[in-house]
Amino acid sequence: MTSPTKAEGSGSTVALDPDLASTTEVAKPKKLEGRSPGQLMWQRFRRDRTGMFCAGVVISYFVIALLAPVITALSGTNPYTLYGQDPTYADQPVLDDFGLPLGYLGGVSGEHWFGVEPQYGRDLFAMLLYGMRTSLFMALGVTTLLVITGVTIGLIGGYFGGRTDYWVGRITDFFLSFPQQLFFIAFMPVVTAFFVDPREETPTYFRALAILIVLWLLGWMGMARLVRSTVLSLREREFVEAAKVSGASPWRIVRKEILPNVVSPILVQFTYQLPSTILTIAFLSFAGVGFVEPTPDWGRLFAAGAKYAEQDPAFMFFPGLALVVFVLCFNLLGDSVRDAFDPKSGR
Amino acid sequence: MLQFIIRRTVGAALTLFLIGATTFFLFVAAPSDYASLACGKDCSPARLESIREALGLNLPIAQQFWDFMSGIVTGRDFPDGHCAAPCLGQSFYSGDMVWDTILDRFPLTITMTAGSMVVFLVVGLGAGMLAAYKRGSTVDKVATGASMVLSSFQIYFLGPIALTVLVYSTGWMEDPKYVPITEDPVGWFVGLSIPMVVMSTIFTAQYTRMARASMIEQLAEDHVRTARAKGMSQKYVFFRYAWRGSLIPIVTILGIDLSALLGGAVVTELTFSLQGIGRLAVDGALHKDLPLTMGVMLFGAFFILILNILADIVYAYVDPRVRLS
Repeated sequence: MTSPTKAEGSGSTVALDPDLASTTEVAKPKKLEGRSPGQLMWQRFRRDRTGMFCAGVVISYFVIALLAPVITALSGTNPYTLYGQDPTYADQPVLDDFGLPLGYLGGVSGEHWFGVEPQYGRDLFAMLLYGMRTSLFMALGVTTLLVITGVTIGLIGGYFGGRTDYWVGRITDFFLSFPQQLFFIAFMPVVTAFFVDPREETPTYFRALAILIVLWLLGWMGMARLVRSTVLSLREREFVEAAKVSGASPWRIVRKEILPNVVSPILVQFTYQLPSTILTIAFLSFAGVGFVEPTPDWGRLFAAGAKYAEQDPAFMFFPGLALVVFVLCFNLLGDSVRDAFDPKSGR
Repeated sequence: MLQFIIRRTVGAALTLFLIGATTFFLFVAAPSDYASLACGKDCSPARLESIREALGLNLPIAQQFWDFMSGIVTGRDFPDGHCAAPCLGQSFYSGDMVWDTILDRFPLTITMTAGSMVVFLVVGLGAGMLAAYKRGSTVDKVATGASMVLSSFQIYFLGPIALTVLVYSTGWMEDPKYVPITEDPVGWFVGLSIPMVVMSTIFTAQYTRMARASMIEQLAEDHVRTARAKGMSQKYVFFRYAWRGSLIPIVTILGIDLSALLGGAVVTELTFSLQGIGRLAVDGALHKDLPLTMGVMLFGAFFILILNILADIVYAYVDPRVRLS
């Protein structure tokens, strides 16, 4: 049967013809391809030079921290050896008679790139690298946990609303009213005591676990509030109502309609939360309730630096500079991520 | 207004009770108790029991909690003396009354915090407003850049640097120390000036950025533009219109930051070895001293809650759209 429409060559029949359809698709210019919000964000982010640079710096910190054992193998030092006291190294003295580093800038030399610790003579370069490894990956774990908890609680409050939201909100307020820093200090030993008899030596893993629990208990509220308020406004939107009307289960609505829309604030909050978690862990070690001797930790270097500040101020220089650069870059990265997600929020 | 205050006060009291309960039961639930810690490694059961009895640890936990909480309202009697109304118990470790210890240490924390708050509000808001006023100029760029870098510093890094520069290597100033402000205001200021400057630096940087952003946002508002369009002077519009509006988000954030401020004070105290509330918290934690920890936590929480209520009242004053109800 000869179709009259085919003879006329109207659009609809052309599309039905498999041969023609394939040729038109090839001919289609690539520009018409839709971009997902993620791709758009990535495009905007790539144009942001500060953001790209800072992302590079932050990633290299993580890579350096991860490769700490490899890099210290290159420098030939490790964070535990007491180069000033160990008789094996007696032929290469690093400390003078007062226990202060020989040489300039806290004893910077070919062997000890960042100098040595007064009194013990431990290698600062190795201590810093291993310390960064402890702090960064600890913080990564804690922050991930915080984000998951905060998002879950925020989703529950925001999505169900009403009485559930009220009580979730009260619980959040309650946790917010704890004096955070005091709580951290006071509960580190208590939480540690859950795992180990206080009269015995606490293994480092239990200390790490205790830090994780304490920070987790009092850290999720910011994320929960953010997610709750975002979800609360999304809940009334038409596409969510449409999904409800068409019989989607709450789980499906949360997963398919709501979560994709809260991803960007979550990611932005995550980039702000991570450096602050690192600083909190450092604060705990600084206060003397976090990691203790001889675990290398960033915060512990500052506690030691404060102790040696009068005799050997140079000791603080490298760990401090590293921390400032890291936090600065992370903050700038956070701003760039925020701008990339939301071009309206210009600085 | 009155209704608001009453409602918030009741809420604060309830929160304090819950914080006290959480602190207490978490502390007690930990398998180690102070008695066995005080007793040492080779401890005879009889001695352990006597220590427990002396500290009241042999009583049921609920009874201990009740004694503690009711002591805050009515006061308590201890074998070695009476403890008057807001009684926070007796320190296990030192044997002193916790309330007295806190009252002894608190003036340092609060005066130092208040001092640095004045510094960072004046300098931070001033610099932020100036940067917004001269947006795009060199002043703006310097202020923005400096605040970005300074806000990445930490008290425990900046503190030793300040000490090295001002005290150890040059001898321009003396080691920070606390002199009660009521006795000698000048001595107080001189003694705490380094900690206050160091503590306020980071907050100054944060508030500069915030004030600048908030001011720029305000200057773009319609009512500000209208005021300019009808011929009001730049200065008048800036200070009478935009300034007040730009304070609203800052007061909100200041209210949220109170806990961070207390935290900053704690870090500052530890950095400069000052004997304030932060040191007390560390002592309580390291010695497993339950009453001391309870006291510090409750006192800190009480303070934050009261200041939060105050912040809300200030908020309503600054922003006429907000009604307290």
